Amino acid sequence: MSKFSSKIRRVNSPGSQRKTGRRSPLATVALIVIGLMSTGGAYAMFSSTAAAETPAVTQTTIAAGEKLFAANCATCHGLSVQGSATGPSLIGVGAASVDFQVGTGRMPLAAGGPQAEKKPVQFTDSQTKELAAYIASLAPGPALPSSAYLKGDGDATKGAELFRINCAMCHNVAGAGGALTAGKYAPALSGVTGAHIYEAMVSGPQSMPVFNDLNITPQEKADIVTYLKYLDKNPSPGGVDLGNLGPVSEGLFIWIFGLGALVAVTVWIAAKAN
Amino acid sequence: MSTETPTRTPPSTVVVASRGQRFTGAAVNYVDERTSISGLVRELGRKIFPDHWSFMLGEVALYSFVVILLTGTFLTFFYQPSMADVVYNGSYVPLKGLHMSAAMASSLDISFDIRGGLLMRQVHHWAALLFVASIGLHMLRVFFTGAFRKPREINWFIGFVLFILAMAEGFTGYSLPDDLLSGNGLRIIDGMVKGIPLVGSWISWLLFGGEFPGTHIVARLFTLHILLLPAILIAALGAHLLLMIINKHTQFAGPGRTNDNVVGVPIMPTFAAKAGGFFFIVFGALVLMGAFFTINPIWTYGPYDPSPVSAGTQPDWYIGFADGALRMMPPGLEFDVFGHPLSLNIMIPLLVLPIFLGLVAFYPFIEAWITGDKREHHIAERPRNAPTRTAIGAAGVTFYAVLWATASSDLIATHFHVSIEDVIHSMQLLVFVGPVVAYLLTKRITLGLQKKDREIALHGFESGRIVRLPGGEYIEVHEQLDEYERWRLVSYLDYEPLMVRPDERGRITVAQRARAGLSSWFFEDRISPPTTTEVEREHASQH
Ligand code: HEC
Ligand code: HEC
Repeated sequence: MSKFSSKIRRVNSPGSQRKTGRRSPLATVALIVIGLMSTGGAYAMFSSTAAAETPAVTQTTIAAGEKLFAANCATCHGLSVQGSATGPSLIGVGAASVDFQVGTGRMPLAAGGPQAEKKPVQFTDSQTKELAAYIASLAPGPALPSSAYLKGDGDATKGAELFRINCAMCHNVAGAGGALTAGKYAPALSGVTGAHIYEAMVSGPQSMPVFNDLNITPQEKADIVTYLKYLDKNPSPGGVDLGNLGPVSEGLFIWIFGLGALVAVTVWIAAKAN
Repeated sequence: MSTETPTRTPPSTVVVASRGQRFTGAAVNYVDERTSISGLVRELGRKIFPDHWSFMLGEVALYSFVVILLTGTFLTFFYQPSMADVVYNGSYVPLKGLHMSAAMASSLDISFDIRGGLLMRQVHHWAALLFVASIGLHMLRVFFTGAFRKPREINWFIGFVLFILAMAEGFTGYSLPDDLLSGNGLRIIDGMVKGIPLVGSWISWLLFGGEFPGTHIVARLFTLHILLLPAILIAALGAHLLLMIINKHTQFAGPGRTNDNVVGVPIMPTFAAKAGGFFFIVFGALVLMGAFFTINPIWTYGPYDPSPVSAGTQPDWYIGFADGALRMMPPGLEFDVFGHPLSLNIMIPLLVLPIFLGLVAFYPFIEAWITGDKREHHIAERPRNAPTRTAIGAAGVTFYAVLWATASSDLIATHFHVSIEDVIHSMQLLVFVGPVVAYLLTKRITLGLQKKDREIALHGFESGRIVRLPGGEYIEVHEQLDEYERWRLVSYLDYEPLMVRPDERGRITVAQRARAGLSSWFFEDRISPPTTTEVEREHASQH
């Protein structure tokens, strides 16, 4: 209700803190290091060290990712991923962020709008993974979640409680979504895959805060995934859920369909009288 | 007829009553000799019920109230009004093992572990929404047809009390499951109470028995919900119905329908049979809604816990206007007066809403004072024939609707892809501009309709048929109304603004002046109904 807006602001602040918080202190160091390496023409050396550590399959994957990136993303994020006026640097965002952004169709960004929206996905799953591998190869960041956490066999009760405490103020208790300030919104969460739920938590897309592994442990994240999957799989026990929008849709329903139908009946009865 | 009757009975024998008939007769006689109830039944049975559909909205309210009583009784059998901490062990998986209040746990048990419980809960809640909605629509009907005028002003007021009681019943009931959503609602009430200067915190402590949420509030609300409020509600409902019978119904003007009679069907037997059927239609509609449409899914909301607040937290629709008023308040209205906080953002809604409701409650008295009309009115006015009142009503409805819409500002924002700030700002503007525009527009429209009626009554319809007169002149033939149709159009009362009159001591009081001013505002724009002479003159000139 009216507490709602203040709550948003309170919740938003960790999000904005994050943007600065992530840059310092580790991220800053990483940035400087990366910056030095790329400007010093040490790029070849860098990729050769990466090659030394990672299997050959990944090496080709990374190379494919780099190509895809240059073709589709570099206009905004910069040829060396350093960012530009039209897109932030992706150094250190990790594979999770890329998989989330590209896998839900948010990236490549379409023009305009207060926030990047979900769109039809433009890349195949393996292309997405290649892009993710490429970005992850540049600097450490949140990795793709292990499939063990995505099966939806965690503790739904725990997940539901965590969801109410950490997510409901933006996404609504039933995960039906909610409005944020300045035209931004937290989307409805039905039908989102376990991997994307997990990646959203670790990467904190846009106005959403990052929930790192100290905030919410991987097992707890798995519980949240379990709960959201439970909601997806089990239709409301009470019947049609009217979009889970709570009293507003219930109120509209009673006026339009409930009272509307009964008024129609009264008209009919009165007409029969004559 | 009785099968025992011998076949060779002469044809003149009296008809022998069957055993069933004899029993009924005897039983009725038994009761009547001891209670003299037959007089009452006869009186009641003769009550005439007009047959316009809009007169049945009150019935919808009445019947949904009956459904509320029935389902509510069922719910009390299983509900525990206690905030004692328990561990939920029922069958809804995502809440299993969670600590919650006994109230919440028992509501979940009603929903999942008691046969028919969920249906009963949902029917109860849908019926509550329908109850308040139908009261609202019923009030609008009464308002816009002027059915609140003398002698029915008191019954309007009682009806208003019923409306408030219905909202109070709804709100207390909404809070009983002690789920997250209703807890947030109570938190807002708590905040509003605390926003009252000086006494706010004390009242809040009294209400909650300590700091919010405390451990008492659910039990207290329960007592209000099932004891005090229903008792007052039923008493007021009884008075409302009794006065309705004493005052009789209004009816729309029509041939043979005058200020001194009521035309329609008598309660016994026609209307009673129809009403009985209608009760089951309402009941059936509510059961269908309860069976197929989720309402208040407390299982997704989870137990109340003061820390989480969900996005899209709204009260039930009838409290929405108050929530909207809170949401609409611009920032920067909190001041510090000698170390005491002064929260105008809360005080303004707390003052404006009661004024609005007060105007609704006392409107009949206000209008009667302005018009100085002391006559009895039994003819329902067509809204167009009371332009100022209709315009005032439209302005009031618009004001209420804007507040109501503001309560869903967040959903409007997400569903229409606009920013919530824009929605709020538009609403802030609309709440002032909307009622004015609605007032002016409605007044124009009603006057226009009146003019058209007058035209038609005097000149009939344009038939589109052009006739050439013997003299060579072309005229369009006007289709005249018959007497019956014309009656509907011309029979309304014409008012004139009150004149300022000095009192006995020859003075003109300020109140008099104000009254005359208001009265001329009320009646200065008006279209008088055509008089009989006018009608006749018109006809004479045409034939
Ligand atoms: C039209 C410009 C544009 C294009 C093209 C584009 N992006 Fe973005 N991208 C942005 C902007 C702006 C943001 C920051 C706002 C946001 O998060 O939505 C962003 C954010 C991201 C993020 C999230 C960064 C973080 O902080 O977690 C990732 C990952 C990303 N982009 C990957 C890609 C990939 C991969 C592609 C190519 C398939 C791509 N983007 C194409 C503009 C673009
Ligand atoms: C401050 C508000 C906020 C909070 C708190 C928040 N989110 Fe979000 N969430 C957002 C926003 C805004 C987006 C949309 C981001 C975008 O479009 O890039 C989002 C997107 C998501 C998505 C992607 C949905 C989709 O349709 O692809 C998931 C999944 C998600 N959030 C899960 C969570 C979970 C789980 C939590 C709690 C642990 C949480 N969020 C907490 C604001 C929030």
